[in-house]
Amino acid sequence: MLAKIHITLKKDVLDPQGKVIANSLSDLGFDGIQSVRQGKYIEILLEGDDKDAANSKLNQMCEKLLANLVIEDYSVEID
Amino acid sequence: MKSHVIVFPGSNCDRDVAVAIENISGSAPEMVWHKNTSIAESDLIVVPGGFSYGDYLRCGAIASTSPVINEVIKKAKAGVPVIGICNGFQILIETSLLDGALIRNNSLSFICKDIYIKPENTSSIFTKNNVVAKMPIAHNEGNYFASKDTIKKIKDHDQIAFRYCDANGVVSEESNPNGSLDNIAGILNDKKNVLGLMPHPERAVELNLGSDDGKHIFEGVLK
Repeated sequence: MLAKIHITLKKDVLDPQGKVIANSLSDLGFDGIQSVRQGKYIEILLEGDDKDAANSKLNQMCEKLLANLVIEDYSVEID
Repeated sequence: MKSHVIVFPGSNCDRDVAVAIENISGSAPEMVWHKNTSIAESDLIVVPGGFSYGDYLRCGAIASTSPVINEVIKKAKAGVPVIGICNGFQILIETSLLDGALIRNNSLSFICKDIYIKPENTSSIFTKNNVVAKMPIAHNEGNYFASKDTIKKIKDHDQIAFRYCDANGVVSEESNPNGSLDNIAGILNDKKNVLGLMPHPERAVELNLGSDDGKHIFEGVLK
């Protein structure tokens, strides 16, 4: 099973990198950008086919290490 | 006086901390490798700066799961004084010994320069020498952030150790190098035996280095 994890900064945390990306995109002529938020994408290949068990394990991984819950949110998707 | 300095792959301020401690206290600290699972009786544990584990994932995140860290947490909870400097502060934050988070500097630049800090809490062993101190910062992720509830909690419990200020001790937007909330440069745990700070006191312990103000922070514990 392939797990896809997205980690993003919480809404109330400033994302200076996102702002710089938004400015650069505008400089390149891409208009209509309201805002840009940058995050992380992590792929984890898991053994077995029990999606519920995997989901619970992946949530624990996010909470213990992959995300910092003070500043980040995460979402888990299993293919 | 027994002290310990934790060494991770990628630590680069461990030697400076050791020299500072030896010069101030007269006895050299024991260097403790990250794979150790025990630390002898200690009067001070320092988690030094650097780029532990290459800053992979998030600064301090991997180090916060290393074997030696469980022992640091145990000692900290038992009341042993612990100082985390720069990357060491980031590590202590990742272990949840200290509240909040350290995010990218608002300028998006690595900042390496002398700054001034002023103790906010003047009752802890680290901050009782209540003086405005000059010392360098050298970091990319030193922008202190915490939720409104956490900021309220650390203020209510007098846990702000240092704030960035100017040479006269005036705290202002201009004296904030990295965007930290409320100019916070260092914080304490609720028991006040754990200090985390972004500035480097160990790089300011003799006038040849430009300042010896960093001594005050160590002296409170070592003397």
